[in-house]
Amino acid sequence: MLAVSNLEVVYDDVVLVLRGVSLEVPDGKIVGLLGANGAGKTTLLRALSGLLDIHHGAVTRGQITLDGERIDHLDPQQVVARGISQVLEGRRVFGEFSVEENLRVGAHTRPKDRAANLERVYDLFPRLLERRTQAAGYLSGGEQQMLAMGRAMMSSPRYLLLDEPSLGLAPQLVGSIRDLISQINEQGTTVLLVEQNASMALSISDHGYVLETGRVVMDKPAQELLDDSDIQEFYLGLGAEGERSFRDVKHYKRRKRWLS
Amino acid sequence: MRDVLLTVVRGLGFGSVYALLAVSFVIIYKSSKVVSFAQPALMLAGAVLVSYLAGPVGFYLAVPLAAIAIAMLGWGLERTTIRPMIGRPVFVVAIITLGLDIAIRVVVNVFIGPDVRNVGDPWGLSTVDVLGLPVQERYIAMAVVLLVVGAGLFAFFRYSRYGLAMRASSLDQETALVQGVPVGSMTALAWAMAAGIAAVAGAFVGAGGGVDQSTWVIALKALPAIIIGGLDSIGGAVVGGLLVGLVESFFATYQGEYLPFLGQNFSLVSPYVLLLVVLLVRPYGLFGTREVERV
Repeated sequence: MLAVSNLEVVYDDVVLVLRGVSLEVPDGKIVGLLGANGAGKTTLLRALSGLLDIHHGAVTRGQITLDGERIDHLDPQQVVARGISQVLEGRRVFGEFSVEENLRVGAHTRPKDRAANLERVYDLFPRLLERRTQAAGYLSGGEQQMLAMGRAMMSSPRYLLLDEPSLGLAPQLVGSIRDLISQINEQGTTVLLVEQNASMALSISDHGYVLETGRVVMDKPAQELLDDSDIQEFYLGLGAEGERSFRDVKHYKRRKRWLS
Repeated sequence: MRDVLLTVVRGLGFGSVYALLAVSFVIIYKSSKVVSFAQPALMLAGAVLVSYLAGPVGFYLAVPLAAIAIAMLGWGLERTTIRPMIGRPVFVVAIITLGLDIAIRVVVNVFIGPDVRNVGDPWGLSTVDVLGLPVQERYIAMAVVLLVVGAGLFAFFRYSRYGLAMRASSLDQETALVQGVPVGSMTALAWAMAAGIAAVAGAFVGAGGGVDQSTWVIALKALPAIIIGGLDSIGGAVVGGLLVGLVESFFATYQGEYLPFLGQNFSLVSPYVLLLVVLLVRPYGLFGTREVERV
């Protein structure tokens, strides 16, 4: 199990972004992490995959453990070698590389399993097989997202961390990316899904966390979150009376203080 | 006709050496977006090391040994002087390489002494008959080395795990890190390879003429070569190097006859004229990448 407890992250020694976040990612599940811009979702992922250093951030309190062993302060490559693989926000494929070269880079830590993993990824994403010799920069947005996910799968991860896979994709594509995520999960990879698209994330997650200004303000099974009236109103946009008034928002903020 | 062919051969010969030097610049540029001005000193250090080793172990063994030694020096330079500068402006790093160049050359000059040192190559200025043309053996050796090194690098960057990881690191460090690529080590590897290649080039710069304290200037011919070829293209560096060699060779042969008003030794600056012309037509070099971007 991947667990984060009381994690506090500071950028440039002054900007406090995570204020004691705790969450658990049990093996075999999909865990959704929701939150608005600036809530700290990406920072949490950076902490998990050892990327804080290059962003001048540091874990100042709390810890991250993988099966009880502390993994904060590890280098990114050590994290990948332990089976935690991240797909960065915005896909970030190597545009000049062919599709297959992108996948081969993903296999850097597992050269021995490369052939088997390549086959598995092409099974999952047949579209990538069709385009394997094309430059990744010329793929469509959805295909690039598939490539980024496939590349992350090339290191045979136990845990897949996805940062906003639905970002900038057409609704129809969001649906197929969602299906692919649950397919990957069914094949035995645990998923931590960070999303602003709450309905998409909660529809496949087992458990959900809501992050606001660096704190976890809700932590419930995904189904309960879907039924929660605050979530419906502020994350799913299902408010009963259409436009939200300023008073309602203030009211919500007051309630939020109760929650946290 | 015979003059033209001999000029071409000489151009390709020296061009091969310029190409090797250009490749060493490009490898560092690709990995850290810095033009390393330490390459001339590394080239000179390689040549001098070969001149000392060639006596005891022979030229053919001295070249790879010197390449390995200088590669280790390059690795060490990256670790101690370049690595701490990560995140600083590229300009700062470039200036540091300039300082390294001077520092290394001061040390190397002690070992050169005031005279010309022979690198101990087996060719000298002797020629071999190729289709009725007296071709200098050293030009053939230079071209062969370029072919071997070039083919090796091509295969390395295209097919090997580390070559791919190096290219990935140069494109997007954060993404490479997330794939488990140790980006820092890739930069050090690039410096090692570039230094090793510069050392090999140094040995061949010295072939036939030897090296002295001013030989390092030859490495600067690689600058027009890499700009012509495009800073980030190894193939472009090879073509650029050969072009510079050819242009220089043609000017050396014919300029006195046809363009005497340009004065003597115009061939030395002719690569920069070529540079200007290429940049006017293709500002990103002949083979440089324009960014592939999806909007």
